[in-house]
Amino acid sequence: MPSRTETPNQVNEKIDWKKFEDIALHIRRDIIKMLGIAGSGHPGGSLSVTDILTLLYFHFLKHNPKDPKWSDRDRLIFSKGHGCPALYCALALSGYFEEKLLLTLRKLGSPLQGHPDMRKLSGIEASTGSLGQGLSIGIGCALAARFDKKSFLTYVIMSDGELNEGQTWEAAAFASFHKLSNLIVILDCNKFQLSGATKDILNMEPIVDKWRAFGWLVKEIDGHSHKEIYEAIEWARSSKSAPSMILAHTIKGKGVSFMENNNHFHGVAPTKDETARALKELGENEAEIQRILGMIH
Amino acid sequence: MIERKLGAATRDAYGKALVELGKENSQVVVLDADLSKSTRTEAFGEAYPDRFIDIGIQEANLVGIASGLASCGKIPFISSFACFLMCKGYEQIRMGVAFPKLNVKVVASHGGISVGEDGASQQSIEDFALALTLPNFTVIAPSDEFATKSLIKLAASHQGPVYVRTGRSKAPLVYNDKTAFQIGKGISLRSGKDVTLIANGLMVFEALEAAEILKQRGLDASVVDIHTLKPLDEVLLMGEARKTKAFVVAEEHLVFGGLGCAVSQLVSQNFPIPVEFVGINDTYAESGTPEELFQKYGLTIDHIVQAAKKAVSHKSR
Repeated sequence: MPSRTETPNQVNEKIDWKKFEDIALHIRRDIIKMLGIAGSGHPGGSLSVTDILTLLYFHFLKHNPKDPKWSDRDRLIFSKGHGCPALYCALALSGYFEEKLLLTLRKLGSPLQGHPDMRKLSGIEASTGSLGQGLSIGIGCALAARFDKKSFLTYVIMSDGELNEGQTWEAAAFASFHKLSNLIVILDCNKFQLSGATKDILNMEPIVDKWRAFGWLVKEIDGHSHKEIYEAIEWARSSKSAPSMILAHTIKGKGVSFMENNNHFHGVAPTKDETARALKELGENEAEIQRILGMIH
Repeated sequence: MIERKLGAATRDAYGKALVELGKENSQVVVLDADLSKSTRTEAFGEAYPDRFIDIGIQEANLVGIASGLASCGKIPFISSFACFLMCKGYEQIRMGVAFPKLNVKVVASHGGISVGEDGASQQSIEDFALALTLPNFTVIAPSDEFATKSLIKLAASHQGPVYVRTGRSKAPLVYNDKTAFQIGKGISLRSGKDVTLIANGLMVFEALEAAEILKQRGLDASVVDIHTLKPLDEVLLMGEARKTKAFVVAEEHLVFGGLGCAVSQLVSQNFPIPVEFVGINDTYAESGTPEELFQKYGLTIDHIVQAAKKAVSHKSR
């Protein structure tokens, strides 16, 4: 077992927590707008991963939206491809493309495909949508950094449902054996998969014990606490001995009361009425709500 | 008769070509799934240990890792037995290589039934069908050691996904070190007017011998090596179709989904002519020597000769 390398809970006083709150709220509003207009897609897993993406894109990731292929950039592999509306929002707000493009989600000809396509949209590091593959791809990036003696980090965002996949465990065994300390997994553990609660479909608990037994450094956090996400990523980045896994406990549908822990919204977009109610809850102004509703047929 | 002179197995030629590639191109990395002694990637691992990884017995992870490496600018060559890599790794190849058009070279050994005694579980008879249904992939079946060496090097400099099948048994020599190869360009080995024998892999030499026998029986056969199944050399094949108006396609693969189907699709759309198929019918093979298996499962010179006669007879109908 690798040694634990947890750092003390010291949070830099200069961190602008209000900025993260504002961005996360902005992303949640955009997710609802995109999915309401698209009429299909995955709200639950997009809302659960929003806070994690906020901290990554607006604090931790070393990247340059004006030079998306910069060879020293950190890589973010979004393995749970169906949650891509949240990723698209983070990319747009980072400046990879214009925010208005978000409203073309899932439309013919749009670079914003139903699941991420790295050949169509700037900022996407891997084409995903078939579960269980992102960790292997992330390992490839981490190995490339090692081959080239580069210092970039690779982050892989996975879902708890993906733990069902055998490939996840092939990859987990490989990464620790090869001591890929430049690899960080963040598990958006929202407790549901398509057909029901993960504990009822294929219970993967004890998740922490499994990853530790596979040789990973593991830290459990509240995946909606910006402070805990911040501290956990700092902790993972300091690892020198093993890959790190941040088990982020999240709420599927987080931020919209009638979507929270309601697995109907795994893969069903809000109706026009639900879009209006969700945007109202998220504090969107009335004129903007009406503009969006005008785009839903 | 032409002289049957055995050269190296195409897997051995692959191992040697990789070592040369390692010297020529520092971006080349090689990954294997615990079969490097058999696929011959071991030689690269010995020459360039810091650019070689034996992943372990995990084909899905192997392909995913290659996808990530290619996305960072590396040129990964990944190898295992064809049936394991293409079947166990297929979905990862689809999502992680073909769909995003990443620069991964899938070079799988133990293609066909010439694997021999290890039996059906190790004999890949469906890999070309799988590879040909991957958009963006180039698909290659070299026939001898010279073809392998050239085509592996060309695959490395080709931008995009490539599938190459190599074989376990020694391959009869068709070419020499002067032969020039080009991806997507077939090689016309013999020009005739009555029937065209189209082959790849080990069946190229069998086709050349079949052409000799056909000559004795009054049929003048062309022989064409279509080492690249995709993109298909349509110019060469259409020229042959218009000239001989009868095809035989011979391949060490199921008669479904391989070269025979690709060639038939081409001529049925453009210049319908009789096409006969020499390949493995709707069955798995078994343990035995390669020669015994070729005899039992229909891949001999005589099978090509009979097919050629049939194709020619259909012309007059």
